[in-house]
Amino acid sequence: MKRPTSPPFFMFFAKKAAFYLATYFVALSIIFIVVRLMPGNPILQLVSRLIGRGRGTVFGVDRLYLLFLEEFGLDRPVAEQFFVYLKNMLTFNFGVSISYYPNTVGEVIKGSMPWSLTLLLPSILVGFIVGNYLGAIAAHKKGITENLVFNMSLFVSNMPYYCFALILLYLFAFIWPIFPIGGGYSYGTTGFSLTFDWIASFLHHYMLPFLSLTLINIGGQAIGMRVMMIYELNSDYYFYSKQLGLSEGKLVGYAYKNALLPQITGLALAFGSIFGGALVTEIVFNYPGIGFSLYNAILREDYPLVQGCFAIITLTTLLANFLMDLFYVFIDPRIRATYAGEKT
Amino acid sequence: MRLNHPLLNSKKFLVGIGTLFFFIALAAFMPFFMPDPKAMIDLPWAPPSNQRILGTDLFGRDVFSLFVNGISMSINIGVLAGIVATFLGVIIGAVAGYKGGMIDEILMSLTNIMLVIPTLALLIVIAAFTKIRNEVFLALIIGITSWPWTARSIRSQTLSLKAREFIDLPRISGLSEIEIIIQDVLPNMLSYVFMCFALQMANGILSETGLSMIGLGPTDIVSLGMILRWALLWETVRLGKWWVFIPPTIAITLLTTSLLLVNTAMDEVFNPRMRRI
Repeated sequence: MKRPTSPPFFMFFAKKAAFYLATYFVALSIIFIVVRLMPGNPILQLVSRLIGRGRGTVFGVDRLYLLFLEEFGLDRPVAEQFFVYLKNMLTFNFGVSISYYPNTVGEVIKGSMPWSLTLLLPSILVGFIVGNYLGAIAAHKKGITENLVFNMSLFVSNMPYYCFALILLYLFAFIWPIFPIGGGYSYGTTGFSLTFDWIASFLHHYMLPFLSLTLINIGGQAIGMRVMMIYELNSDYYFYSKQLGLSEGKLVGYAYKNALLPQITGLALAFGSIFGGALVTEIVFNYPGIGFSLYNAILREDYPLVQGCFAIITLTTLLANFLMDLFYVFIDPRIRATYAGEKT
Repeated sequence: MRLNHPLLNSKKFLVGIGTLFFFIALAAFMPFFMPDPKAMIDLPWAPPSNQRILGTDLFGRDVFSLFVNGISMSINIGVLAGIVATFLGVIIGAVAGYKGGMIDEILMSLTNIMLVIPTLALLIVIAAFTKIRNEVFLALIIGITSWPWTARSIRSQTLSLKAREFIDLPRISGLSEIEIIIQDVLPNMLSYVFMCFALQMANGILSETGLSMIGLGPTDIVSLGMILRWALLWETVRLGKWWVFIPPTIAITLLTTSLLLVNTAMDEVFNPRMRRI
């Protein structure tokens, strides 16, 4: 058997990489066009807003205007603007944040990124593992178990992340106040430190946002898995192996492995959608992640920060999808065969 | 009409469509019996009572009136966004599937690209930058960003229909490709198109809520998302004013669940692979 590192695999890799690069390019272009379609002169608005907030008094209005004009490059032709914009976006040079003034957008995002990731990654993984297990059991056992799992999952997974967050918050922070009502850590502590107190306070604040995302993920995965498992349990190979007298455990094991594969695509997509879903969840919990930064950016009309958050969210999603595509090749022998040029 | 249609035997379908019609009826008729949702008619934060089923909010507005008007607006936005997304998805999917070749390649690359861009983030940026705040525009941008799923599934349906023999007949008769798509392909997957619409409508309601909640929706309307936005701004959770945020939360969940139930039930009835043996 050839290793999947043969030239056709490289082609596959290159093709996928090109696709995701193209996607990032399209996403950036959409934003570029939307920004240019904005009514009025964006810089004039920006300047007047800054002055309105008493921030622009350091400079003269004219100087501020020229400064922004230069920074955004709006005095140059559109094509050149576009290339400068693309270059900045690809090199993570998102400009200076207006609401966190001396800080650059990159710094603001760097500060909130770890919060989002520590919230998202565990909740996606736990949701994936538990959800698939439940879904498979539901499809296999049928009857009451199936109805129970299916209906519970359907209800929970249809609840928007933020609605579920609100209800959890009400139940466990107001009626039975065992968890704090919001924030990422206690106000008494100053920020990230590896002391016991800080970690305890972090976990205390972490539980509710984590649960609200994870439970919904479990529901979503369980529903998908149930359908996949039903397909597998009705397939010819399953009946054939059953006639051959294979043990129940082995049969279900085979079906589970086959049913799990399409779910892994779902895992990649979950990453994309949950990033969007967690945006609002973070706002509900005042959790200091990317979503919260984006919310503040929108409130304070901090366009560079909005743009930067979007670029980072898109990039992370694309990266997750890309890694998942590659991962797929390694775990699915059928796909590996196709792309590595093996004959089945 | 046949009354023994398998759909009518499906409990999921009946529950789903029943819940949906309950909300539609509530949204269509209840506002006539309620006071103006924007009128301040009582003391602030009055808890639920016999007179006011869901009490009042910070401005002394009747929350139940806000609630039924909000459902109405959310359903409207959901339907419009659903129609736009389904329309785009069906056209792109059917053309890609039927034409094949280069056109298929181009349309599907576009679909796949749009599919992986995180939709809510894209919506947030578009809504934040354009600053046009009205419900039709909101529904339009939701529809325009969420068609790729539909296009993908419609394409695969078209591919399978195209291979069937009955399509040969109009082809031999010399009908144009557009005519064949409209007259022969689309009618044969009407149930499928409706299933896609149900999902898109649910997505539209959810997107509206998400966008309105973070302050990017129209400010002069009452929708379920706006009610939740006010609930967040006034910190109703911290104050324990459950009657402001619990009803919209449940309404959104039930609405989207009922739409998904309709979709799942139709899938089970029309898709033989989903039938349990």
